[in-house]
Amino acid sequence: MKYLLLINADTVDEAGKPPGCEPADWMAYDKEVKEAGIFVSGESLADLVTATSVRVDAAGKRTVTDGPFAETREVLGGFYVIDVPDLDAALDWAARCPGSRDGSITVRPVADF
Amino acid sequence: MESVEAVFREEHGRLLAALVRRYGDLDLAEEVTSEAIEAALRHWPAEGVPPKPGAWLMTTARRKAVDRLRRDQVLAARLAVLQVEADRAGPVPAPEFGAELPDERLQLFFTCAHPALAAEDRIALTLRCLGGLTTPEVARAFLVPTETMAKRITRAKKKIREARIPFRVPGADELPDRLPVVLQAIYSIFTEGYAAQRPDLAEEAIRLTRILHRLLPSEREIPGLLALMLLVHARREARDGGLLLLAEQDRARWDRAMIDEGRDLVVVALTGGPPGPYGVQAAIAALHDEAPDFAQTDWPQIVALYDVLLALTPSPVVALNRAAAVAMRDGPQAGLDLLDSLAGEPLLRGHHPYLAARADLLDRLGRPGEARQAYEAALGQAGTEPERALLRRRLDTL
Repeated sequence: MKYLLLINADTVDEAGKPPGCEPADWMAYDKEVKEAGIFVSGESLADLVTATSVRVDAAGKRTVTDGPFAETREVLGGFYVIDVPDLDAALDWAARCPGSRDGSITVRPVADF
Repeated sequence: MESVEAVFREEHGRLLAALVRRYGDLDLAEEVTSEAIEAALRHWPAEGVPPKPGAWLMTTARRKAVDRLRRDQVLAARLAVLQVEADRAGPVPAPEFGAELPDERLQLFFTCAHPALAAEDRIALTLRCLGGLTTPEVARAFLVPTETMAKRITRAKKKIREARIPFRVPGADELPDRLPVVLQAIYSIFTEGYAAQRPDLAEEAIRLTRILHRLLPSEREIPGLLALMLLVHARREARDGGLLLLAEQDRARWDRAMIDEGRDLVVVALTGGPPGPYGVQAAIAALHDEAPDFAQTDWPQIVALYDVLLALTPSPVVALNRAAAVAMRDGPQAGLDLLDSLAGEPLLRGHHPYLAARADLLDRLGRPGEARQAYEAALGQAGTEPERALLRRRLDTL
């Protein structure tokens, strides 16, 4: 079963990096996920200030805006999709992710159609 | 037909758990469990209760499940997938007939109380799946419309199915994190039983804890919780169906057998390692139950136990209870000083037991005007009618 781990980083510091964990932590975790044979996909996102939103209304008119701006202290920093047997296994991997230490990981099953 | 009722009560959770384990589908297991019980209700009154009612119910439920799976292609496809996974995970033990059925209820306890479910859904599911209460009964227990409760139970089952919350007992390394959630779900059933004056719910919580204790005999917080509930439930008759303070209760009406059982369990809960919060709360309840009257309660020991509890689970409510015990040990002024030092706690703002405790101490210090004010403030915050009746009674004695 595939699960999406949404990595919500706590507010970034001046350097634009989430505080608390080092790039080495992320590299180690990435290696673990790939070596465990559960990695489906995953990306780290560029800084939130580079995000742009697009919306198309009923008339087909396109609106492009800067943002979104986080309403909470946490911002979406990246994601993993992993393939593990059940929710407990997915929660274990989420707990090991460095992002769970200075932010939170939302775990969502990928719908199977 | 009382014996039939007793059989259903005992067998419902066990049967459901075994079927969930076998088919990996809570909905299917629930449906065939009720169908098997309906079939028993038709046959047993005429033919008598079979010698092995559990095995009879299991055979019937499995037949119903097979029929249903044949009819339902979607379920059948899902079953095929589950079967492949089960084979990979190792053989599923087939239920033995004649011999005692394997007990899978432990897995169901941990599934129903999984921390990925909303706290109120855990309690509802535990009552529904392990207590065997119907959805309208669960709804009544929590004073919500049946439709609301049905939606909540459906949502929780959907999450178990679609997020794939596994039916399993956590490993020894995870148990310390997961067991408190199971115990909290059961304790909430018990406290709800008290708040709603539903002794049947309190008894159900005690029954479920007994099962849990049999299944996990070495986890000492389970006898701790069981002891706590027995020691509190033992006083139910003396509460006169309402709220009577410990000091006002007729101790002759306390259930001595239940107190003795609770005291023995406290010893189990506190022996052989650092105590857990339920064990300590049970020890406090035991000291209350052992005292011949309120004045002769062992207050120094109770204060010492609250110190332990405060270290284990620091909370303003525990500090409030500790202050009340200090007032009994060292006099009302000492208690009042402690209460006033807690005045800034956001959790205690508008907390009517805090206001009532303050009122009581002011009364004992001979400050009736301030006591009256505090009681009136408490009355304005109190939630239930029995609570308000108690406070009005206290006001009248000023």
